[in-house]
Amino acid sequence: MSSVTKKRLTFGDYIIYSTIALISMICLVPFLYVVSVSLTDPEVYVPFQFNLIPEKFSLSSYAYLLSTNSFLMALKNTIYITVVGTILNLVVTFTMAYGLTRKTLPGRKIIFYAVIFTLVFNPGIVPNFLLVQNLGLINSHWSLILVSLTNAWSLIVVKSFMDSLPPELEEAARIDGCNDIGVFFRIIIPLSMPAIATFTLFFAVAHWNTYFNALIYLTDSSKWTLQMLIKTLVIDSGSDAVGQAGATPEQATLPQETIRMASIVLSMLPILVVYPFLQKYFAKGVMLGSVKE
Amino acid sequence: MKNTVLDTNTEITIRSKKPTKLHSLWKQIVKHRYFYLLMLPGILFFLIFKYAPMWGLIIAFKDYSPFLGIMGSPWVGFKHFIDLFTYDYFYTLLRNTLVINFLSLILYFPVPIILALLLNEVRHEVFKRVNQSIIYLPHFLSWVVVAGLTFFMLSTDVGAINKLLNAWFGNTFPFLSNENLFWVIVTFQSIWKDAGWGTIIFLAAIAGVNPSLYEAAVMDGANRWRQIWHITLPAIRHVIIILLILRLGSMMDVGFEQIILMLNPLVMEVGDVFDTYAYTQGILRGDTSIGVAVGMFKGIIGLIMILGANWLTKKFGNEGLM
Repeated sequence: MSSVTKKRLTFGDYIIYSTIALISMICLVPFLYVVSVSLTDPEVYVPFQFNLIPEKFSLSSYAYLLSTNSFLMALKNTIYITVVGTILNLVVTFTMAYGLTRKTLPGRKIIFYAVIFTLVFNPGIVPNFLLVQNLGLINSHWSLILVSLTNAWSLIVVKSFMDSLPPELEEAARIDGCNDIGVFFRIIIPLSMPAIATFTLFFAVAHWNTYFNALIYLTDSSKWTLQMLIKTLVIDSGSDAVGQAGATPEQATLPQETIRMASIVLSMLPILVVYPFLQKYFAKGVMLGSVKE
Repeated sequence: MKNTVLDTNTEITIRSKKPTKLHSLWKQIVKHRYFYLLMLPGILFFLIFKYAPMWGLIIAFKDYSPFLGIMGSPWVGFKHFIDLFTYDYFYTLLRNTLVINFLSLILYFPVPIILALLLNEVRHEVFKRVNQSIIYLPHFLSWVVVAGLTFFMLSTDVGAINKLLNAWFGNTFPFLSNENLFWVIVTFQSIWKDAGWGTIIFLAAIAGVNPSLYEAAVMDGANRWRQIWHITLPAIRHVIIILLILRLGSMMDVGFEQIILMLNPLVMEVGDVFDTYAYTQGILRGDTSIGVAVGMFKGIIGLIMILGANWLTKKFGNEGLM
């Protein structure tokens, strides 16, 4: 490897390196701009003027957001849904995937095809909405948790991961007198830790980012999640969109723009903080399931 | 005489066989009872949240009224579907869905492949890893955040690009309410969010290539282009074909969250798709039957297309989805 790195960079290398750097910049610029505006001191902020680096730094927009009830409430709701939802996702997905790995299980094929079918046919938004309504879950956070307890893609990936585990340990445990549940908790779960780590991340990100379900199932604004609040703050109150303004009278004292950008940054923060450390787990998860989407 | 003996014999064997077969199945089920117990939450989830809503599809054939319920509402046969197909707006929805998907096929689909080929040419490991981390990152942001960032780039009041236009030329341009730009903006958003992440699968396929092939190619005097053309591309060809076919199988799907966030009354005519229409009609306006009919139409066409795609994948000698 070192001999290759030492080799002088050719003209082609420069083109490739600069193209990649340019693409990375395109990915980063919106972040940098939003973070920079959100950190601008509201006192010196001038609307309609472009500044990539703030003239004067200030955290007052963040302080303001974290002092409002609506933001704290949305944050609390989102954390609750993410934590409870992710734990239940893991339980339901891994227990069901374990059952699907058992070749001798009567009805295994039927269950598996019934799962796959949900991947290729969806009855649509309205029947799902009516079901949640009939269950009395409108405006309950359980609607968001229950409708996404597991999904076919995760089940297939976890099942194929479990299929690849060595069978010897399981056999040994059975000889030691473990029943099927004992094998699951003592052998399968410890061996599945890499998959559990990856899926914890996937499920948590999915819950944190959910907008669609929150939009249709949570009509009461005290139940809102961060994504709902940010949508109202950032998009509805802009001049391009015609929607109800999400601004409260108190906000009039501070420039809206810095607050709106701060709200976006805060909603991304958990992901931005854990991402550099856990990125390899994310990437691994994709390969657990190979091409299967 | 002989015959009857034989008959009774066979009857006896059949009779005694049947209970044992059922009996052994029952024994198998009892033997696996803990597995069923473990799978119970998952099975209940699929029955309640994935299969029960399919019952709601019969609403598409009824004039649904919430007071009469699904069973009590009167049957109307294919009325809603006929209404739908004779309604001009249906073709607007179909056009928007197909155009957005077609643009994604032409503009989005090649990007992860090209990006993976470029990344594969980078010999400097740190440079490669840092840039990979950066281009994967947008995948983990919500559509609300992506729409918000788009807004902060393009809107007329707070958009960075309009601020620059204002500083340089003294005027602004309404990107987000321009009908001609909607499709392009939506496609570019998808590329920005997911194209980087999409490289993973190609990079993994490239990583599986035997390095001695490249060494042999260098010995034969092949330059970089020829190595990419004759070694790297053939190595990922089957992945490209599978993903292309799956992509074709989902031509009816447009990301609901993305579109609903980018829609505003000025771009409704070019941005409204089946899902957003089902949502506005079926949930916001309470026209439940039309909402269900639109969703059902989309679901069935989507099912046919994905099964067709699966059949094609197998025809190309690959392992299919099912």
